Amino acid sequence: MKRLFGGLGQASTPVETPEARADAVQIRIQDLHKSYGTHEVLKGLSFDIRRGKVNHIIGPSGSGKTVLMRQLVRLESPDSGQILVDGVDWATLHGLTLDRMRIKFGMVFQMSALFDSMTVFENVAFPLVEHTSMSKQEIRERVMDRLGILGVAAAANKSPAELSGGMQKRVAVARALVRESEVLIYDEPTTGLDPLTTQTVDELILETGERFGVTSIVISHDMASVFRIADRITFLNFGRVEATGTPAELLETLEPATLAFIKASGVSQDILDERSRNG
Amino acid sequence: MTSESKAAPRDADANQAPGESPAPSVVDRLADGLFQLVLSPFVEIGALFTVLWQTLVQAVRPPYRVRLLLASAEFIGVGSIFLVSLTAFFIGAVLSLQLVDGFRDFGAQSQTGAVVGLGMARELAPVFTALMVSSRAGSAITTELGSMRVSSQIDALVTMAVNPIQYLVVPRVLAGLVTVPILTLVFDVVGMFGAYLVGVHLMGLDPGVFMERMRWLVDWDDVRQGLIKAAIFGFTIALVACRQGFHASGGAAGVGQATNRSVVQNAIAILALDYVVTAVILGQGL
Repeated sequence: MKRLFGGLGQASTPVETPEARADAVQIRIQDLHKSYGTHEVLKGLSFDIRRGKVNHIIGPSGSGKTVLMRQLVRLESPDSGQILVDGVDWATLHGLTLDRMRIKFGMVFQMSALFDSMTVFENVAFPLVEHTSMSKQEIRERVMDRLGILGVAAAANKSPAELSGGMQKRVAVARALVRESEVLIYDEPTTGLDPLTTQTVDELILETGERFGVTSIVISHDMASVFRIADRITFLNFGRVEATGTPAELLETLEPATLAFIKASGVSQDILDERSRNG
Repeated sequence: MTSESKAAPRDADANQAPGESPAPSVVDRLADGLFQLVLSPFVEIGALFTVLWQTLVQAVRPPYRVRLLLASAEFIGVGSIFLVSLTAFFIGAVLSLQLVDGFRDFGAQSQTGAVVGLGMARELAPVFTALMVSSRAGSAITTELGSMRVSSQIDALVTMAVNPIQYLVVPRVLAGLVTVPILTLVFDVVGMFGAYLVGVHLMGLDPGVFMERMRWLVDWDDVRQGLIKAAIFGFTIALVACRQGFHASGGAAGVGQATNRSVVQNAIAILALDYVVTAVILGQGL
């Protein structure tokens, strides 16, 4: 009965050791498998997400990026393997304990996923209204602070439909950050945006990471963006990790065919040369 | 709760490594198609009962979202009053017209009020109200939830640790349960008014006889029978509409198909449930 009537406040939080929280690796993915029917999409992924860095996950369409993202935020459960977040196996959590741990993650969806029925202010305030006992005044201050930092305070009373794609993205980031998340996941943040807005979103990811000290995970196949801002890159292909490391390490380890794929995706030789030199 | 989709996400099926899965033969595809055709009704019923169970569990779990319940009640109930009243008026009017004409052949036109009242209270009011609410509010609920699903708004709720069944489905299902019986009462009153107007003022029936015969034949048990049906229909309409919207996939076209399924399934469910509930109440026919 207690389980049936329990609220989020009563849920226990899994123990995170101080050693795990001091580790440069915040998320450790080990031998992750996911299948749909007989179709195996993730075939034993293993790689690390570094704390406070911009971690890109790239690969061609169908390589398993989106499926991996859905496991990372536990929209789905993996068939086997571990997702260790600060030492806690995120893949084994369920129910209210899982919900309690979700607070660590902020998610910026490809289409922003702002609630149509709410204003920009209400969208950003939503996580606070749902999960905190903050007063209306405190919520207003926090929301306007986040909107101000992201440059969309003037749009607070507008509906999401009235905003441009770039502004919607900013509001989505504000909503993801309003509860002081430790990890921000961006799903294809620049897909469908014009080059100028793409650059703005890239800068936004960098600024947000630096200002709030969050770990950024960016799922993308926009290679130009990736090689402009990534601290670390993991390259997926056919549901496996083909290479992982800094951009310079990646450029050294990738096969010529994969490098050709990256160049064909619109990355200029200048950017590749610069990342090879500077890491 | 995680809103786990059984279908692979958008990039899951492409880029299969060469040689990993051979293309199925025509016979295999035919057998698969046949198997799915037989299996699909059971899959639908299973999915509906899964959502029903989750709804019942989440309905008793805090937080209790009274504001969302009132908003849903306003949309389903208040928003349907005009449509239900209009339908009720014309159903009552045409029924009166037909009955006076039919009963006149054997001099029983004085029974018109009684027959209209009985039919309205037991059958026509709950069934027509449910069909109208399903067409207006049920389809809108499926479209809204379906749009939320395909634009990742439901996933966003999950990532913010808000249970989407509790936030989206429970208020709508409870609102359906409460408002459809109230709308059925409105249907009863407006329908009788339409029948009275036509029977008395157009067809020349005696107003006293019309009302007296109705009072003689129709009692509270008949109205209560209609209200029980209406509550069951209201709950079902919202549940089916939410289930279809909640599991919509495939972009705008998928939302359209989900809405279509919602309206069709609701119409069939209302008519089938009407028979079952009537048989149970009357204690025969099952």
